[in-house]
Amino acid sequence: MDKKRFGIQAAATLLQNANFKGFFTGRISENAAKGVCVPGLNCYSCPGAVGACPVGALQNFLGSRPVKIPYYVVGLLIFFGALLGRAVCGFLCPMGWIQELIALVPVPKKNTFKGDRPLRKLKYLILAATAALPFFVARTPFFCKYICPSGTAAALFLAAADTTVRGLLGSLFNWKLAVLIAIVLASLFIWRPFCKYLCPLGAFYGFFNRFALYRGSVDESACVHCGKCAAACRMGVDPAANINSAECIRCGDCARCCPVKAITLGFAAGKTKQSDGPAPESGTAVE
Amino acid sequence: MEKMKRSHAAGLILLLAGAALTAVGLAQGQYASVLAKAVRICLECVGIG
Repeated sequence: MDKKRFGIQAAATLLQNANFKGFFTGRISENAAKGVCVPGLNCYSCPGAVGACPVGALQNFLGSRPVKIPYYVVGLLIFFGALLGRAVCGFLCPMGWIQELIALVPVPKKNTFKGDRPLRKLKYLILAATAALPFFVARTPFFCKYICPSGTAAALFLAAADTTVRGLLGSLFNWKLAVLIAIVLASLFIWRPFCKYLCPLGAFYGFFNRFALYRGSVDESACVHCGKCAAACRMGVDPAANINSAECIRCGDCARCCPVKAITLGFAAGKTKQSDGPAPESGTAVE
Repeated sequence: MEKMKRSHAAGLILLLAGAALTAVGLAQGQYASVLAKAVRICLECVGIG
């Protein structure tokens, strides 16, 4: 485990949920910071949340009538994406960190299985639905209402502290709870299944990985193509072939296991003699 | 290396575009809209309806 990344993830989760008294009172924060979208998935109805969830805020704009173009939320998402790409997922997203904590349970892991690749496309479908459905059904945040496990966790915290909320939970909550339980169980065996298959935010940030200022780079002159980086990658990326894949969350496992230190990740990666793609003779398209 | 420079430039342009869109949204008062939504419990989000 990368202790530095783990520490950043823990700090990011705590900072984004620093309204600690809310967990005991069942009241959500009403501070001015709630108007600022956080980069990762963190439900604004969580009693600890001190910022706004970008997916919820986006759907709120798109579901309003007349529809408001969400310049502010989309602008922030593009800004985070262009700066960090999916490093947001690897370092700042509370949902990602929680899945990694669940994965610490020592049970056999199965990161590659039949159907893994087709399932990865599901998150793009969910991203499209998240953006499109509010246009057709007003005031219905499709993703938040039917899928988002962060909102379900928020409901559990609220219900634990407030009997009124507890009494209001019905069939919709039962559905969301089933989704949450499925994600928790899957996280025991598969590395970050929500990020791989369901998260619209991860799908969005994935588009930016090839452009983001925080990037990966492979020194082609040093790479011995031993395959250790691909074997180490729990997101199923082959870094030697496509270091800036949309699936890469910048966890750095590949760089740590590289025997010749050919892989670098960061804002300065690739600024010297290294390249951000494969050698021309490999014939593998990167961008 | 050339490709890297191009994608780096694209990243910078996207970063500025994101900042510009954010500024446009702020000028339109969209921060207040996000705040107004975020300070109330979202019933759909928590599975109430």
